[in-house]
This record gives sequence, structure tokens and C-alpha cells, in this order.
Amino acid sequence: MPTDVERWKSETYGNDIRDHLFRFAEEGWDAIPDDEHDAWFERFKWWGLYHQRTGQESYFMMRIGTPNGVLKPGQAAVVAEVAREYATGPAENPEFGDAYVDWTTRQSIQLHWIKIEDVPEIFERLEEAGLSTQQACGDSWRNIVGCPVAGKDKHEHVDALPLAERLHETYKGDDDHSNLPRKWKVSVTGCREGCGQGDINDLAFEPATKERDGEPVRGFNVRVGGGLARNEPRFARDIDVFVDPEEAVEVGGALSALFRDHGDREDRFSARMKFLVDEMGADEMRDLLQAEYVDFELDRAGEDLRDDYSYNAGGANGGHNDHVGVHEQADGSYYVGLNVLVGRMGADDTAELARLADEYGSGEVRVTQRQNVLVTDVPESDLDDLLAEPLLEDYSPDPHPFMRGSIACTGTEFCSLSIVETKNRQVRYARWLKEHVSLPDGVEDFHIHLSGCTASCAQPQIADVSLRGMKTRKDGEAVEALDIGLGGGLGEFPRFADWVTQRVPADEVPGAIDNLLGAFAGRREDGETFREFVARTDEETLADLVVPEETEYEDPYMHNTKLTWYPYAEEDGMDDGPAPTDRNGTPLADD
Amino acid sequence: MSHRLRTLDDGAWVSVNDRRRAGASELWRVRGVCDCPVADLLVEGIVDVGVDRRTVTARVAGRCLACSRETVTGHLAVGRFVDGSYRPVSDDAVRVTAGESARSRVGGAEPATDAGDGE
Repeated sequence: MPTDVERWKSETYGNDIRDHLFRFAEEGWDAIPDDEHDAWFERFKWWGLYHQRTGQESYFMMRIGTPNGVLKPGQAAVVAEVAREYATGPAENPEFGDAYVDWTTRQSIQLHWIKIEDVPEIFERLEEAGLSTQQACGDSWRNIVGCPVAGKDKHEHVDALPLAERLHETYKGDDDHSNLPRKWKVSVTGCREGCGQGDINDLAFEPATKERDGEPVRGFNVRVGGGLARNEPRFARDIDVFVDPEEAVEVGGALSALFRDHGDREDRFSARMKFLVDEMGADEMRDLLQAEYVDFELDRAGEDLRDDYSYNAGGANGGHNDHVGVHEQADGSYYVGLNVLVGRMGADDTAELARLADEYGSGEVRVTQRQNVLVTDVPESDLDDLLAEPLLEDYSPDPHPFMRGSIACTGTEFCSLSIVETKNRQVRYARWLKEHVSLPDGVEDFHIHLSGCTASCAQPQIADVSLRGMKTRKDGEAVEALDIGLGGGLGEFPRFADWVTQRVPADEVPGAIDNLLGAFAGRREDGETFREFVARTDEETLADLVVPEETEYEDPYMHNTKLTWYPYAEEDGMDDGPAPTDRNGTPLADD
Repeated sequence: MSHRLRTLDDGAWVSVNDRRRAGASELWRVRGVCDCPVADLLVEGIVDVGVDRRTVTARVAGRCLACSRETVTGHLAVGRFVDGSYRPVSDDAVRVTAGESARSRVGGAEPATDAGDGE
């Protein structure tokens, strides 16, 4: 029996949703029939709109897809303007104020508190600037990720940006690929550091070389079926295929079509590509791809560069672990990577970022999978002036490791899936750790990823310390808690974190990390990375080293934030908020 | 009067008439799912929804915080209709598995799922 979602999709989906969206925008929130909310909210995702959680009815999160994380000159300024004008809500966030931009782990942009009545105007502003929300969410091609300095990296194997752009142009909006069994996440990597994080995507193009007619050809090996969501993480599997950039476009579509035809539409729980690869196996998938979906003979995999991968890999081989800092480009100019703590930047700061990019660089801004931003194409002669700009005091190119390594998802502030508050908590964690906890000598990167639930938007399984939202009872009260995992990361030998300790009350987590790092310092062998330490230590011992403890750290979000209308409101009861509201923000009578 | 019941957000919520009403990740007090007199059940996912006369029920996957036993429950009450309006079961209520009639599914309820809609 098809699921409700499949039934709704079969009635209206893809590009057709736009007309309905505009009709509802014109007629107002109340025009969406009460008995069709679930259906329409599911469909709106295809156009990048998620209805916010209970207590925030009539407000939406809007996601803007920026292929490969590239905002072309002028686009960041438009994002800032849209955020300033439309992403304002009925309450302020105590850390970030009102009107902010979230840079995401898929190199996209998220805005909150968007009213459906404003969508046509916002779309017009975005589309005039060459930006779009199309397929930023929903069961289709999501934003294509990749190395954020593709085409500029000094040592890259192949410039992958043209491929990412061609895949985007070819398959976004293509009706043949607009209704897949589930989301379809694609990564294109051309660099030597593995910055595209292909291992955690449904489809990964990874840099490789293949000899053809006696000549080395640079292109990509193909992997499929990676993903982190639920409690079923998978790394993408090698299907023994090499493609040159031209063939990659066809093979990308062929694999999307294979997933469309063979993915599970009866159980969304098992619909992702990773489960199809589990079921079919890499060899059978290759055979099926060859037999039914491509018109040329597939080449066997070429020689890859995986032993060079350093991105989010724990720092063992000395390569880039992220893009923060000042780095020379292939053309002799520089890119400057700015640390954005938990990926959130105020609209005014975003406007200032756009100004700096315009004044010192080419105007381009790029987004990384670690929720940071890059100003590219800065001449060496302008570097000092850029580095002296006040904005860089808050978004540092040389941050403390705890600030640099922090990633957090949206959390209960807006998301209906999250179990706990995340962004503000992670900000407080990072500040407290910076103030009170020392890292062992030589440890310059330490990644802590906080995800509010098993959907894993903060990629918790691939961090030194992985935090995942939970609940527990403390002193008789239900409180927000976190599971703690250790030792995850990518690289030549990717590894998911071991969840060694479960349901630690959130206010005891900083103490637990302090105790863990103290134990690491005491037991560390010469030059050992944290990830290496975890890998050689058995799980039971690791669990003993994570000792939850109350400290001076104070957590204002221990109560059940999911059951508030907004976690930071003075009166935060579910009935205390104004939602739903009309186009002007005036409360509407709820039914 | 018929009502629309379904799991939503891949098992994170029970949707009643297109409103999210009961969510995963809450702590429920439940009798009869482990050896504890009353389990302190952490609800990890909504497996199925049902109705028993005016009572909306759900089968949930979860674990008892006291004894750590993992379980998939029978149908437990999550709310009921009184004079046409939905009223949730109190967080402090001790829940027990409802009768077999609760297994009748209505409104195209979705199959067993779990939260999993990462960006």
C-alpha cells in the first residue's frame, strides 16, 4: 500500500506545486484547507519550504540551494536583504537576535519565520539574483555539495565545479527526476582532501585517474548509498565505475533513474538509496546500471586519491581539516575562511560579509560543509586590510579549536524532528570549553557536532565528539540529554562514532568532555590524534572515561523545549505564542 | 465523525486531523512493557496509529530508562475526542496497552517509521 506521502506526491508534486504555493500566498495562510495541511506541507518542501514546528503555525523555514556552496557576486547581499526584510519572527533569539542566516552542512542557506504570503516576493528577489529554493528539500535532487574551493584550490586533481553546475542545470526541475522515492543527495569532489564528503551522500563522484588509450584521464570514481540518518549510517559503496566529466552527467541521471524505479515507495523508513544498495549489493547495482540505464560501456574504477583525504579526518595526515584561515589559490590570490559558530550569522553581518567580498575579493562568497564561509579571490596586497576588518573579530579566520570545531543543527527552536535545543546550547558549550578546558599540546582541531535527533543534520557520527539529542530523568524531572559518541570522521578510512555513553543530562556534557580530554591527555601516546586514541581504546574503557559531571556551566534549556512555542520566549508555554498569524503577523483565531 | 490519523515526519509525530499531537522523544509512564511496575518509557518512534472508539492510540518503539529494556508496545492511548475536540493524555498518566480493537487503522495511517529527514 503506498504511503500517504506517495499518494500526495502522485496527485501534485514537483514544479506544479509552485502555482498552488502562489495561490495560497495571495489568499493567505487560512486558504490552506485545514484537512490538507499535512499534504501541502509535505509538497511545499519541494520548493524549499518547511512548515515550522507545533506552536509556530503559519511560519516556515526557507532553504536556498547554492550548488557547491557558491554564491556568485551580489548573491550574498540579496540573501542578507531577504533575511533582514522577511526572516523576522514574533520573538528574538537571545544569542542571535532577530533576522539571521543559517549556513548549513549541505552548503545551503536557511531562513526562518518566513510567511507564506511573502513567498512570491522573496522568490522574485532571489530569482532576479540567480538564486532558487527549488528542490532544496523534498524527494528529489537536493543541493549538490562539493569542495567549496573547486576551481581555485592550488592542488586540486580536477576542477569539479563545472560538473556540479551541469548536474544542477540538467536535473533540477527535470520532471523525470522530480519525484524520487526519497531525497537524493549528490556530492562532487575534485580536490585531494575529500572536502566534498562524498562518503555520506547517496551519490558521490570522487577524484580518480584512469588510463584510456595509453593516456591518463582525470575524472571520477562513483560511489553510492551513503547517508547518516536514523540509526542506520552507511558510507557510500564503491560500484567500480570510472567516468570522465562528460560521462558523469549521464551516469548521475542514470543512477537517479535507477533509484526512482527501484527504490522502496511503500516504506519511507527503508526508502533511501543506502537500503537499496544494501539489498542489491554493489555488483548487482553496477550490472543493472549498465544493462538498463546507460548507453555506453562503463569503465572500471580508476586510481583514487583517498589516501590523501584530510577533510574532517582527525588531522592525522596534516592536510586541510576544514577551510578556515588564509590559503593561497592556484591563481596566486587568496581565499579567507571565516569561522561561523554553529553556522548562524545575523542579516547585518551577512550584508557586511557581502561588502567585504565585493571590496577585497571578486564578490563571491562560498559556503562549506562545516557551516563556515569563504571570501575568495583576495589579492595578497589586500589581505592585511581584510584581516583587520571588524567583522573578522566575530567570524575569525583563526578561531579557538572549540569554536572552530562546533557544528549544530536547527534544533527545537524551529524543527519538528529535534528532541533538544541545539544552536544556542552549542554556542554556550563552545564558550565554556574555550574558557575552562585545555586541549593537549598540538591538538589544533577538535570537532564537536550536536544534532537534535537521529536525522543527523549536524553530521554527528563523523566528529571527534558526537552529541545527539535525547531525554532522560534527573532528580525526578524529565530533562534534555545527549548521547555521546566518540572517534568518528572521514578520510582514507572513514569511521562512524561509537556511541559510548547514552542520555547524559545536557548540563553535565561540558564536564563530561572536560573529563574525557583530561583522560586523553594522560593516556595519549606521542603525537597521537584524538581519533587514533579512540580507535585503539576499547569501548568499555572509553565509556569509563566519559564521566558526566555538573560544573559551573549553566544550561538554560534543560526543560522540555520541544513543548514550548519558542524556547527563549519569556512566556514559553505552547499556548503563549501568537501563531498562527496573518500576513502582517496578527494572531488568527485558531481552530 | 471520521478523523484523519497518521504518523508524520517519518514516525516522529502522531498527526490528528492534520495537527501534530503526540511526539516521539517524550517520557511516558507505561505498565506492562517490562518488569518494572511502571516503565519510564523513552518514546523513540511512533510505529503505528489506531483508534479505539473515541481514543486515539499509537504503538511506539522505545526503551525503559529504569531497566533499559527496548520494546515495541501495543496500542497506548495518546488522546481522546470529547465533544468533537481532541484532548491529549496527560504526561503523568500511567498508560496500559489497549484492546485488540485499537488495531483498526484509520485515515491511511503510515507504516512503521523513524525520524530521518536530515538536510
